Amino acid sequence: MKRITAMATRTAGAALLAVGVAACSGGGGAATSATDGAGQPAQTTAAGFQEQHKGGTLRLLAKSGDGTLDPHINYSNGNWQIFQALYDGLVSFRKVGGKASYDIVPDLAEEMPQVSADGKTYTFKLRKDVKFATGEAVTVDDVVASFQRIFRVSGPTSGTFYSGIVGAADCVKKPAGCTLDKGVVADAAANTITINLVAADSEFLQKLALPHAVVLPKGTPDKDQGTTPIPGTGPYKVESYNPNKQMKLVRNPNFTEWSRDAQPQGYPDEIDYNYGLTPEGAVTAVQNGQADWIFDPLPADRLTEIGTTYAEQAHVNPLAAFWYIPVNVNLAPFDKPEAREALQWAFDKNALVKMFGGANVAQPACTILPPAFPGHADFCDFPQQDLAKAKELVQQSGTSGQEVSVVVSDDDVSKQIGEYVRSTLEQIGYRAKLKVISTNIHFTYIQNTKNKVQLSVSQWYADYPAASNFINVLLSCASFREGSDASINISGFCDKDVDAKIAEAMKLDQSDTAASGKLWGELDRELMKKGPIVPLFNPKQIDFVSKNVGNYQFHAQFHALLDQMWVK
Amino acid sequence: MTSPVRATAEEPVTDTPAAGRAARPSAGPWRRALGRLRRNRSAMIAGAGLLLIVLACVLAPVYANAIAHTDPFTSNASGTVVVNGARVPVLAQSTEGLGLGVTPVGPTWDPGNYFLGADNQGRDVMARLLYGGRNSLLIGLSSAVVCCALATVLGVLAGYFGGWIDAVLSRFFDVIWAFPVYLLAICLSVVLLTSGLHLGPIHIDAGSLALPVVIIALIYVPYVARPLRGQVMALRNKEFLHAAVGLGASDLRIMRREVLPNVLPTVVVFLPLMTALNMLTESALSFLSVGVQSPDASWGTIINDGLALLYTRPAITIAAGLCVGLTAVALNVLGDGVRDALDPNARLRGGA
Repeated sequence: MKRITAMATRTAGAALLAVGVAACSGGGGAATSATDGAGQPAQTTAAGFQEQHKGGTLRLLAKSGDGTLDPHINYSNGNWQIFQALYDGLVSFRKVGGKASYDIVPDLAEEMPQVSADGKTYTFKLRKDVKFATGEAVTVDDVVASFQRIFRVSGPTSGTFYSGIVGAADCVKKPAGCTLDKGVVADAAANTITINLVAADSEFLQKLALPHAVVLPKGTPDKDQGTTPIPGTGPYKVESYNPNKQMKLVRNPNFTEWSRDAQPQGYPDEIDYNYGLTPEGAVTAVQNGQADWIFDPLPADRLTEIGTTYAEQAHVNPLAAFWYIPVNVNLAPFDKPEAREALQWAFDKNALVKMFGGANVAQPACTILPPAFPGHADFCDFPQQDLAKAKELVQQSGTSGQEVSVVVSDDDVSKQIGEYVRSTLEQIGYRAKLKVISTNIHFTYIQNTKNKVQLSVSQWYADYPAASNFINVLLSCASFREGSDASINISGFCDKDVDAKIAEAMKLDQSDTAASGKLWGELDRELMKKGPIVPLFNPKQIDFVSKNVGNYQFHAQFHALLDQMWVK
Repeated sequence: MTSPVRATAEEPVTDTPAAGRAARPSAGPWRRALGRLRRNRSAMIAGAGLLLIVLACVLAPVYANAIAHTDPFTSNASGTVVVNGARVPVLAQSTEGLGLGVTPVGPTWDPGNYFLGADNQGRDVMARLLYGGRNSLLIGLSSAVVCCALATVLGVLAGYFGGWIDAVLSRFFDVIWAFPVYLLAICLSVVLLTSGLHLGPIHIDAGSLALPVVIIALIYVPYVARPLRGQVMALRNKEFLHAAVGLGASDLRIMRREVLPNVLPTVVVFLPLMTALNMLTESALSFLSVGVQSPDASWGTIINDGLALLYTRPAITIAAGLCVGLTAVALNVLGDGVRDALDPNARLRGGA
């Protein structure tokens, strides 16, 4: 069983979040709760540093490196997780396990910013005495240069997450000369940074807490630094990086803990991230105590063994994500509402959960918004499989006997789910075919309307905890672009009434989160009836650690807090 | 004038000097070859084994419908099955410890009830194995036939005409053979599996079984065509061919009546060997998901399905692997027997 990392999803999200520019939702209170292996609540607040556990080498394993080391460019799960111990932005997600990990806390900023009444101006006061790994102090000039650099290197989210900054539109068009002189303004004397937005954006702080907005030294070249480490402000620095072999992190000698919430000091003296072992081999290495943690999804046939013999070393945590079937509402046969409703009844989601690893690794999804996510409403209008009803609806729609292709990527789980979907479609009266294509191209292929994809299997992982990050991104008219590889509204669903309600909910997000949450829940229910998406299940993350590891904490946004694990 | 197998007939036609004068007709070269094959014990055992496998695969629908009562192409992830008197889920959720993972029911060794267990979709592995064998054998055999036919035509043309025709065809063989076989097959499959093959009047759908047949046949054409070309070039200087030319026979007639019968034994020797080789190639491509496409199955796709269950249910991979291995061995031993029977001195390059 191979679970897909969010890399592909995120890349697309970046390309398309044009929609996200509009932004929404109140930050903090959110999502998933972490549990430890024994099902008990994990530590949710940062306890004080325990000196006796300091030291040792943490040994991490992954099949391969996760691309460039440049935090303004890399958009992959693996390196985002590592960047938490290397870099800081003005604000960050609280570095603890559990629900509190969605809280935004001041990081390089002394305190949370002052926001103007119209929500367009954010003023941050920079901390003094924070140093880069080079020994140089972090100044307001570094902050301004870093915001410029996001655009100068054409960062993957520059045109979306950060396009609301005044002057960003010009920077996206002409990255080389980007100054953002009216958008990001430094006052060296007061040690403040003022960021001006074109329009209010209640998700702006969450976007600033992502690795793409970290602060780097002002002299950093305006191009992808690839395997060359860029000095950061975190408790560790990269000593060497070879994406085919190893990444070695050692302590940053110039780091002094300034905020335990935002950037706590780490436990191990050294973190060795070795690449090359298959997940099978990696599991054996962790079992034998030769490694401490595995990045890749665990092989399906080892799960039972891990869940029994090594239960104390396994940690299962829900993710703010779902696997779903985007239903193309513009192509036959699913341009007919009855045919789409038939799909909602057709699948046994418990069977799909089994293919993912069982009821403790995923849970069947009834809604678009994952459980415990902002705006999630607890309803289930299509509670169980009803093949007879689905077949009847297909006949009512007059589409029985039509040919339907399901396009899936070539990883094990997707292929299995695709095969199940194909088999079920045959049972409800279609002539179904499965089309398996390379994972490298699958995500863009299914988005482009030119490829005439009727059904596919895809996943969506939240970029940050906001209902709009699912509903607005996946199903608004603005995210549907015909003929484009970056059309994340894969269903091609565009409904003016729904769009108006999305806009209303996003506006409400800024003033009344309770009311907006209710509206998002209603929207979710309405969208389930209209059927542009068939949610399948919400996956969980399984982390398998060695016996040596203590203090495992699961961060809802960046997953296991690696530098907070102790091995001594 | 026609003298089949003349160029290679090294065994004396008769055993006694008197036989030359006798009116008793000698056995034809094909009949004699068949006789020799029959006396080859290992080839006969291999042939019988192969026949058994083919028969079992041909009867796959009978097994699925009448014995196992199962549809091997429909998922049964939520189904249940009676094992040792107890009803258990086909895909069992682990209940111990953290309850991670799902394990399909293992081999029951009861032919009517998941004999070899279930796969990830809860489908009967035994029934799928038989259906998969049909496709593996079909693709192996038909691609070998297509490959040998194409190679014979091209090899005879190149060898007979020589000159620029030979130069062009030989370079074509060289170019194709310059690619590593599997790499070329994977490249072609990846491209054609997305769009299908549309070449003039030929249209093959992306998911069609004909696609791996065509791809595998094409990539092995030089392997067969080059030795045939060499053989035809040697024939060019034989007296019977000069005689045919002298009598004014057309090129087409000479190729058909004089050349072809002489290279045919080589082609026949190639056929079982190529079937084995092509079946292995098909399995490899299917294992890599660029061969047979769902809902069809082949032994390669079943090995692939079983890979994700290697630790918990190794029977799936082992059974399919054994089928591929045994069939390939049987075909190779039979192929060797055919070669020995038709031309004891011939030494073909490699084998499967």
